[in-house]
Order: sequence, then C-alpha cells, then structure tokens
Amino acid sequence: MERTISGIAVQVNEEGYLTDFKQWNSEVGKGLAEEANITMGPRHWEVIEYLQSEFKNDSPLSIRKIGKSGVVDIKEFYQLFPIAPLKTASKIAGIPKPASCI
Amino acid sequence: MSEYNGEIRKMMIILSKATLENVYAAFVLANGARMEGIEAEMFFTFFGLEAIHKEKLEHLHIATVGNPAMHMPTLLGGLPGMEALATHMMKKEMERIDMPDVREFLEILTASGVKLWACKLAMDMFHYKKEDLYEDVDGVITVGDFYKQGSGIGTHMLFI
Repeated sequence: MERTISGIAVQVNEEGYLTDFKQWNSEVGKGLAEEANITMGPRHWEVIEYLQSEFKNDSPLSIRKIGKSGVVDIKEFYQLFPIAPLKTASKIAGIPKPASCI
Repeated sequence: MSEYNGEIRKMMIILSKATLENVYAAFVLANGARMEGIEAEMFFTFFGLEAIHKEKLEHLHIATVGNPAMHMPTLLGGLPGMEALATHMMKKEMERIDMPDVREFLEILTASGVKLWACKLAMDMFHYKKEDLYEDVDGVITVGDFYKQGSGIGTHMLFI
C-alpha cells in the first residue's frame, strides 16, 4: 500500500515496513523514527547505516550479529532503540522485518 | 482479555531443568520477548540452576534417555558417552544456525535487559552460594519475591 512519510510517497507492507528500499532516504528514516518515538542522533544513524549495508549484502540480521558487529553492542542497541530494537531499527532503515528468532 | 486487548507486557519464565534443549528453549523465549519489546525475567530453580552455575553452565547436556524425539532406544541412550556424543552433534548444528553457547546467550540476555533470578530454596538445597553463580545474576530470591516481580497487567508466567 502507498503512504506518505515526511511528505514523500512510499510503498509499505501491512506492518509498515518499506517494500522498496530504493524509496528510502534519510527524511523517510527520520519520519519513521518519529513515529516510533525515537529522536535520531549520530549513533542511531551509524546503526541504521550498518543495518542497511548488511541488507545490501543479503546478510540476515540477528541480535547476536548486532552484538558482534563492532558498530554497537547489544546493551547500547537497546538504549538507542528501547522497544523491539531490531524490528524498530529495521523499519527506520527501510529494510524488511528481520526473520531471526535470536 | 480486556486489558490492553490481551497484549503481553512481561514474560516470567521459570526454568527447572538443566538439559540443553530446555535451557535453550527458555533462553530463546526470554530473548525473543525482549526482541518484541516485551519485558522478561527468568527464575532458575532446582536443576535449572545449573544454567547459571559458573562451573556447570558450559557442560550442559541434552537428554538421550526418556526423550522419545531422539528416536533412540532407551538402553542405547543410556550407554556411556551417548549423551556427550548427542550433545556434541547438537552443538555443531546450533553453531551452524548461529545459536550462541550458554555463556554467550547469558551475556546477550543480560545486555538485553532480562533479569536473572536464582531460587533461594534450590540454592540452599544444592548448597550453592551467590559466588558460585554467573556474575550478572540479579539476585537470589524466594518464590514470593518472584511473584512480586511479575505483578502488573499483561504478565504471563511460563514453567519449563
């Protein structure tokens, strides 16, 4: 379905995840973050960039992998995105919902 | 189901067994709760205490006897070395699917904000001291304390 985020028309699925990463830009990211009650700072963006680069490499994400990323540890990840961090950060990053159980 | 439309706010997970498959089930459920934005606390009681016992947590085994899903005759499962062999094979599979070992899993849980509680009664029964436990265990508490931790709307309890 189509919706407007930060004045930009994008395609999202029924859970609100972007269905086409090419439609993402940082304004869309900011809009999605606001909806999740997150004020984006430099650390948030670093994590978002990491998630996007893993997505581009077709590399599935998990909490364990975040912890080993060298970009952020699990504790800080939960501080940056307190509620459902991997899902929330993935949504802001414009990438699909992670399918991992760990 | 009226409050919060039955939404789960907090999972209180009681682990009473030390077999690897049960420990992992409890850990995955606790971590999975946090990943969904649900609070999670764990209560380790009876043999479940081994999962947070410093010297034992790295040596947990899967059960080859009394476990029909192993598809192994009970007598064969009881042979010396069978549990170790089955455990070794399972650990290899777990590494393949990116499953952390018990110690790393405990680190993930505490970093994710899962509270870990040891059961006082079981601690006394096994003569364990707080120093015997994994360093980030939040405390040794009674069952009453654990219920108090779980008070509030939207809390669910699970016994493993």
